[in-house]
Amino acid sequence: MENKDVIFGINGPVVTVKASRSFSMMEMVLVGNERLVGEIIGINSDFTTIQVYEETTGLKPGEPVVGTGSPMNVTLGPGILDNIFDGIERPLKAIAEESGSFINRGSSVPSLDTEKLWDVTVTAKVGDILSGGDFYAECPETPIIRHKCMVPPALSGEVVSVAKDGQYRVNDAIIVLRDKKGVEHKLSLCQRWPIRTPRPVTKRLSPTVPLITGQRVIDTLFPIAKGGTAAIPGGFGTGKTMTQHQLAKWCDADIIIYVGCGERGNEMSQVLDEFSELIDPKSGRPMTDRTTLIANTSNMPVAAREASIYTGITLAEYYRDMGYHVAIMADSTSRWAEALREISGRLEEMPAEEGFPAYLPSRLSEFYERAGMVDNLNGTDGSVTIIGAVSPQGSDFSEPVTQNTKRFIRCFWALDKALAYARHYPAINWTSSYSEYFTDLDPWYKKNAGEDFVKYRKEINRLLQEENQLMEIVKLIGSDVLPDDQKLVIETARVIRVGFLQQNAFHADDTFVPLEKQKRMMQVILHLYQKAHQLVAAAVPISSILETGLFDKLVKMKYDIPNNRLDMFDEYLKEIDEKVAGVLNS
Amino acid sequence: MILDYIGVKEINGSLIVLDGVKDATYEEIVTIRLENGALRQGRVVQIEGDRVVVQVFQGTRGISLDNTRTRLMGRPMELPLSPEILGRVFDGAGRPIDGLGDIFPVKRANINGTPMNPVSRVYPKNYINTGISSIDVLMTLIRGQKLPIFSGSGMNHNELAVQIARQAKIKDATGDNFAIVFAAMGVKNDVAEYFKQSFDESGVLSKVVMFLNLANDPIIERTLTPRCALTAAEYLAFELDMHVLVIMTDMTSYAEALREFSSSKGEIPGRKGYPGYLYSDLASLYERAGMVKGKNGSVTQIPILTMPNDDVTHPVPDLTGYITEGQIVLDRALAGSGIYPPVSVLPSLSRLMKDGIGAGYTREDHSALANQLFAAYAHVIDSRSLASVIGEEELSPTDKKYMEFGKQFESAFLNQGPNENRTIEESLDLGWKLLTTLPREELDRVDDAILDKYYEKAKGAVVSAAPGTEESSQ
Repeated sequence: MENKDVIFGINGPVVTVKASRSFSMMEMVLVGNERLVGEIIGINSDFTTIQVYEETTGLKPGEPVVGTGSPMNVTLGPGILDNIFDGIERPLKAIAEESGSFINRGSSVPSLDTEKLWDVTVTAKVGDILSGGDFYAECPETPIIRHKCMVPPALSGEVVSVAKDGQYRVNDAIIVLRDKKGVEHKLSLCQRWPIRTPRPVTKRLSPTVPLITGQRVIDTLFPIAKGGTAAIPGGFGTGKTMTQHQLAKWCDADIIIYVGCGERGNEMSQVLDEFSELIDPKSGRPMTDRTTLIANTSNMPVAAREASIYTGITLAEYYRDMGYHVAIMADSTSRWAEALREISGRLEEMPAEEGFPAYLPSRLSEFYERAGMVDNLNGTDGSVTIIGAVSPQGSDFSEPVTQNTKRFIRCFWALDKALAYARHYPAINWTSSYSEYFTDLDPWYKKNAGEDFVKYRKEINRLLQEENQLMEIVKLIGSDVLPDDQKLVIETARVIRVGFLQQNAFHADDTFVPLEKQKRMMQVILHLYQKAHQLVAAAVPISSILETGLFDKLVKMKYDIPNNRLDMFDEYLKEIDEKVAGVLNS
Repeated sequence: MILDYIGVKEINGSLIVLDGVKDATYEEIVTIRLENGALRQGRVVQIEGDRVVVQVFQGTRGISLDNTRTRLMGRPMELPLSPEILGRVFDGAGRPIDGLGDIFPVKRANINGTPMNPVSRVYPKNYINTGISSIDVLMTLIRGQKLPIFSGSGMNHNELAVQIARQAKIKDATGDNFAIVFAAMGVKNDVAEYFKQSFDESGVLSKVVMFLNLANDPIIERTLTPRCALTAAEYLAFELDMHVLVIMTDMTSYAEALREFSSSKGEIPGRKGYPGYLYSDLASLYERAGMVKGKNGSVTQIPILTMPNDDVTHPVPDLTGYITEGQIVLDRALAGSGIYPPVSVLPSLSRLMKDGIGAGYTREDHSALANQLFAAYAHVIDSRSLASVIGEEELSPTDKKYMEFGKQFESAFLNQGPNENRTIEESLDLGWKLLTTLPREELDRVDDAILDKYYEKAKGAVVSAAPGTEESSQ
């Protein structure tokens, strides 16, 4: 196609073309002689505005701008897992091999390895009538994930030819589908999808199954559902990234998409290192087998940072459509919001709060609404869970990104500076955090973890709340003046805080704790509380109860009881009974 | 073809606007010849057709609408590099100012650098021994890290930076592959002199590259200074295999220069008038720290910034904290009570230390000890605030022990001389010795094996030395 559109103006990542009628809104374009990737973000009769996903240094007016005819899209197919991409799905490993340690511009490496052969099993037969979302072939993408190729959502028709089972590259034709109009479509192992459009589903289901994370404070106090949304806000140094890493490592989703959006480069290399060494206890395979990283570090182009969130969620939806449970970690959505602000500023749009554009809430809601437990087009069930970190400026939760995020998420894990300063991790504050999924998930917990679990949780919560009130008094007049039953609440709450809520990510057993152990831990703590309460009621001074050393012992039980020796809890219960009886008799 | 454009259309702050320019490229360098023959440099910051906005580094004073000749150089801002830059002093835009003549360049590099591919990064794990207890034990500096010092005017951050630079030891670094790049942005001449003199006294001046943009130097050049310094650092690290420590002071002045430039360009401001892209801009500097696969060198950054009004939520420290891998925060109250270095322990942090310490790096008990010291000191702060309400006498016996621990921790552990160089073992042992002030059951961050080995040993040493210490305290 002959193209006469040329660059007119350049301002940072924003490039304008004068008086052109050949582009459509959100179309992907190639800018300049180096063919930098860009996207049309504004059109009027005088100017077409483009945001460019790469550095614009060295561009000149008069260089060509070429449209691609399609919106900004990503390639979906085998090879996504165990890979690392930038914000617009360019493979960073392949780019490193091609151009070295530093990222140069205009690199045109295809997203997926086009030479790699996949062991394809074709499941469709000639004469099958397939519609959008139906499977026609599958291949083992990694040893634990089978990649299922689906008919693109808008397409349907009759299979007129199929390839034999065997080894194919991603772009090889596998089946040919003839639609109603008689047009034949060759389907390969991959398809393309525009990143800003949610992939269609048959029906959205209500979330009823929790995403088990092995983190006690989350699983018991603030659980999240599969298909749910959560935000982790916290100032710098409160452990947002550590919490995200822990969740990515241990949550029971089938697939993890980790989006490093405008964050540190060294953190991404840490994730790469750690995840390839870490063995998933469920599958016995490295974590990377189920993980995709999208790394758009803070020094990479800002427009691509804006796109990285959408790229991530599109990949997540693609695997959801295969019937997998996907969790996407976005670290951090504040950087994404800042990218929006930066581009909005370059477009000289009227700013709303703190310079953020007025459409910030609608963009955030569009993103979080792409989460959900759904009935897919092909009849399978899948889910996308979104866990977004928020980095509030000055640790002030009243800033626009935190406030607007709060409206669209149902789980709020507020990280607390004071806890982080005392190195209490995860620093999730139990008074300001919340989860709205309790009522949805309680039936599941009652059925799978037992009625007790829900009961214990309520009791633990009550003790923490009571301690919180007592601490107000203690801060004013010291703890000595409290009556013994209130001192007992404070002591028990200390065990809950230090022995239960605080969790050591670097301890082999404590980094992931199965639900059953969480329940037994609560049981033992509450058992001690009840027994001690009886003693206090019998006017035994609290100091003699503390002298038994039981409280200190329970604080360390998370380390002392291995995850595979849950029978040891019975010994703990017995020891509590014996020692309490001993105190009573003396 | 090189053309001179005569006259300018518009002058606004540090920006000039030219009309009818052909073939301008974005971010290219221009030279401007004034009527009196003086030369200035500038950079293209915006293009709209044949209308070009140029930012003049040295300011627009003396530029008139006519009689100004502007020449487009056709290339972005580049820094001439060669091994000879070691020991040299440059101005904020990379021109030699030590009177030793121009650099004979081996290569020229774009000062904006290119982003490092995350895949090619080496995750930093080797610790740097600074000889300062608080830093080594509680916020260990790791090679390839960016660890800023958050300070305030009037505190001795410069002394601390010099001490780190002087004492920093890397395990396998020999004397000749260690270099310091020093970037001064908007600091007083005295401060620059102090650094220069300190480097001289410790005999490393021949290993130092200095970029000086002092308080009275052109403000727009200040936005180039850290970029020049980091370009030099990357060259030394990744082409000459050196371990480079980059000290950048003061990042607040840098951000203010950026704000000035942004507002003269008429951009929409974000918080406190700083441009909306301050985060991305700071990141483009800080992210240039690190190590690369296949190269032996490393770039470690210690940026220094003064928090206006000691406010850590001010945009500059706030955004810096989000980018850097931790921070060393200095505290005015500690500084006031004569403690050097006045490191405020609780808000300080090193994100990379968890993988660079412990058995094989420092010592097996390091991580547990650090956690326990943090937790205990947090308790000290609580006890103190309680004591300020009810009086120290009324505290529980445990809280009293914490008060005692807090006192000793500050006076013996944090406090050390500006020339005192403690080994990591000394610092760790000192930490255990202080913890013996507290009863064993208070130490809930450490497991029993470590306690048996280190806590009991330290306790034994303290008990046997006890009579002597009591005498000396009386």
